[in-house]
Amino acid sequence: MSVETSLIRTLVVERFGEAIEELGFSHGVHAFAAPPDMIVELCRFMKEHPVLRFDFLSDICGVDHYPEMPRYEAVYHLCSLPNKWRVRIKCRLGDPPRVPSVTGVWRTANWHEREAWDMYGIRFEGHPDLRRIYMWEGFQGFPQRKDFPLRGYKDKLNPFGAEGSPPTQPDLATEDIPLGGRSTPRT
Amino acid sequence: MTEVTELSCSESDAPHTREVLLNLGPQHPSTHGVLRLVLELDGEYVERVDPHIGYLHRGTEKLAESFTYTQIFPLTDRLDYLCPPSNNLAFALAVEKLLGIQAPVRAQYIRVLMAELARISGHLLITGALPMDLGAMTALLYAMREREMIMDLLEMISGARMHTSFCRVGGVREDLPDGFFSKIREFCDIFPNRIRDYERLLDSNRVFLKRTQGIGVISAEDGIDLGLSGPNLRASGVDWDIRRDEPYEIYDRLDFDVITSQEGDCYARWRCRVEEMRESVRIIEQCLDQMPDGPFQIDMPTIAFPVDKDRVHCSMEALIQHFDLSAYGFKVPKGEVYSVIEAPKGELGFYIISDGSPKPFRMKVRSPSFVNLQALFGVTNARYLADMIAVLGSLDPVMAEVDK
Repeated sequence: MSVETSLIRTLVVERFGEAIEELGFSHGVHAFAAPPDMIVELCRFMKEHPVLRFDFLSDICGVDHYPEMPRYEAVYHLCSLPNKWRVRIKCRLGDPPRVPSVTGVWRTANWHEREAWDMYGIRFEGHPDLRRIYMWEGFQGFPQRKDFPLRGYKDKLNPFGAEGSPPTQPDLATEDIPLGGRSTPRT
Repeated sequence: MTEVTELSCSESDAPHTREVLLNLGPQHPSTHGVLRLVLELDGEYVERVDPHIGYLHRGTEKLAESFTYTQIFPLTDRLDYLCPPSNNLAFALAVEKLLGIQAPVRAQYIRVLMAELARISGHLLITGALPMDLGAMTALLYAMREREMIMDLLEMISGARMHTSFCRVGGVREDLPDGFFSKIREFCDIFPNRIRDYERLLDSNRVFLKRTQGIGVISAEDGIDLGLSGPNLRASGVDWDIRRDEPYEIYDRLDFDVITSQEGDCYARWRCRVEEMRESVRIIEQCLDQMPDGPFQIDMPTIAFPVDKDRVHCSMEALIQHFDLSAYGFKVPKGEVYSVIEAPKGELGFYIISDGSPKPFRMKVRSPSFVNLQALFGVTNARYLADMIAVLGSLDPVMAEVDK
């Protein structure tokens, strides 16, 4: 195990220098931390390197570390089918969270990123079709954020919800991608 | 259930051609649950598919953040409700990795046995439901008959037919009941013959073959790029099975074949599942032969419930242990884990971040059906609407798991 870790680390450091932080190996997964602006480059490198060959994107997920700062995190789980290795890339994001999309590297990233947008409001820049995926069009707020109440907000359909209303996200609402809605062109 | 609305009326020389927008679902038998597909049709050709999901979204991940680890088991049951034991197992393994413990060997055998029973049950449904989508009703009725036997076996073990919740962190809830071995051996004797019956029904059914062979081909590169896993990926010729390649529990002691196929079409996906049921029977038989005696739960009072429930009524320590675990749960050390198993639908992963409290800080379910369903985009050569139904059926999504 440690041989692979040092191999992966050496290759990553050789290519990216100190920008990518190595977080060690635990429970079968090698972990790295990357800044958001390097995520696409790192993913492409991981996928296309002739030795590493992390060709399979298992999962992308959002995390909300509220009240810790920086608050959000996008976590990528990669798997190398030929080598049977797994890698986790963690990417801390500020508020509002933005990170470049990796849909250009793996097509499977499409729905994972839509889910993270829907649940955490993480903006994946360059995503071809960033709409809500689970919640309905016009839903306000991002339900898996830690400050979103478990039972939602009180309204006429939800008498058991918490008082108040979801915090408005002016900088997100005014941007080209609406919060849900079918008006965006699809690929 | 389906309605046709006019999208645009061409003003060109061909007045009879126009694109229509067809809304399929969310309540439609061929969508296997509550999936809504908005299709743009050019005659019978599907120009574009836009799946709308989320009708069954229950917020499992958000709920899990307010539950203790033991309380989450019933939530995992409801992910892929055709095979709850697999989901339980995946979650238990993730938590056990965080705790740095392992279940006793007997418990591992019981879990694997149940997971394989669940695999048969899940595959049985789709081997029957795919032909039914294409008009061959008979196979599903037979498949349901055999599924009933598995339900009875699961009921015998856990008392529940569907939502078993039988796993616990560090073991299983109870030991196997008396008379279980003879019952399951009976099943193992009967079942391979029944698989032969399905094959006889469908393998020479020319309509079924015409509707599935060469339809919905996904190449190996596309499959990996789209994140397919499980039988769907193996049917495209990728030899990848987590049970063999990243063995968990006692899979490294078992002898089984990984079924692959090169075609990557609907028939290959169906075929892989049929063959996998045979392998599952082999695995179950080996589990029965190898199963050792011993405890079914780890001997750690801070994590496991008292084995002897009667002691709770007469021993102060057992009472406190039981109360503590029920009311507050157990603390899991700080850390994070991504743990995967080969569920019937593919790679089922649990990503858990623990902050050291008895409840997970974040639990992410990597549900295979969610990712597999997305591959509906990637299928390019199934142009007819009717073919798309075949592709959807062969990808075998369970909407409860898609929507989480």
